[in-house]
Amino acid sequence: MTFRYLAPLIAFAVLILVFVIGLTLDPRELPSPFLLKPAPVFELPSLREPERRVGSANYRGRMALVNIWATWCVGCRQEHDYLMQLAARNAIDIYGINWRDNRPDALRWLQQFGDPYVFSAFDADGRVGIDWGVYGAPETFLIGADGIVLYKHLGPLDESVWQRDFVPLISAGSPAS
Amino acid sequence: MKIAISFLAILLSMSVALAIDTERAFDDPELQARYETIISEIRCLQCQNQSIKDSNVFLAADLRREIRRMLGEGKTDAQVYDFLVARYGEFALYRPRVGGKTLVLWLAPLLLLAGGAVIMLRVVRRRMTLPIDDEPAADE
Repeated sequence: MTFRYLAPLIAFAVLILVFVIGLTLDPRELPSPFLLKPAPVFELPSLREPERRVGSANYRGRMALVNIWATWCVGCRQEHDYLMQLAARNAIDIYGINWRDNRPDALRWLQQFGDPYVFSAFDADGRVGIDWGVYGAPETFLIGADGIVLYKHLGPLDESVWQRDFVPLISAGSPAS
Repeated sequence: MKIAISFLAILLSMSVALAIDTERAFDDPELQARYETIISEIRCLQCQNQSIKDSNVFLAADLRREIRRMLGEGKTDAQVYDFLVARYGEFALYRPRVGGKTLVLWLAPLLLLAGGAVIMLRVVRRRMTLPIDDEPAADE
């Protein structure tokens, strides 16, 4: 008999739980279909040297961080200092894809705030961005030495995200270090 | 009357301003129709509650350009949808395909309906066995 009166209360509690979980999730953050799948292959002109072609072949066989950035992107400015720190620490090779940007602005940005990238590829028309399923810069992909996407982060990187999501995967992927 | 006419004119001009993808993509009307169907079925991921047909952010424009290119190359609708799902996941489709992770999504309404029917049936059955005691009291 008591169940009759408790049932609505239990249903209500379950509903509240679902809502609380729902509220803490970011609806913009979508599961990447690339996770644990081969990373897209790309080849683009280099941002600094327009005649030079750069791309995924440059980091084949090594673990790499691929960061999609643009000068119009506020989050990219936010994470830039942290990328500089990562580069200074030699934590991992960082490759940039300059997405839907213009060259003079992007070069000025690197000059002004520093250049953490081994190179930045220049994706003027966003074609490569689409191949990577990019929908909101900054996005950062961790690529394993075997070319598999180990992790994707949407939004600015910082120390806590790095320690929580990237470091365990990096130390698991490279037993030597 | 004058006010009504100018109000109508304003409304009409607004509907023109809302059309984002005004350029006709294909001369072939059949291809154009397929193109328009596809772009109204694809969610814009930068502005999640608009289709890429309705959105004017650059990503939507880029995706429209890719879809135009693929249709121009003679790709089928299924190939275009596969291209988008491979990059952005099922979420990019307004009507995700049945199967795998989206099965819950498709079956949930049916399960809820069935659950409601079972509860209702049980309540009605029980009430049928109860004596009718809602007749007005004698002293009223």
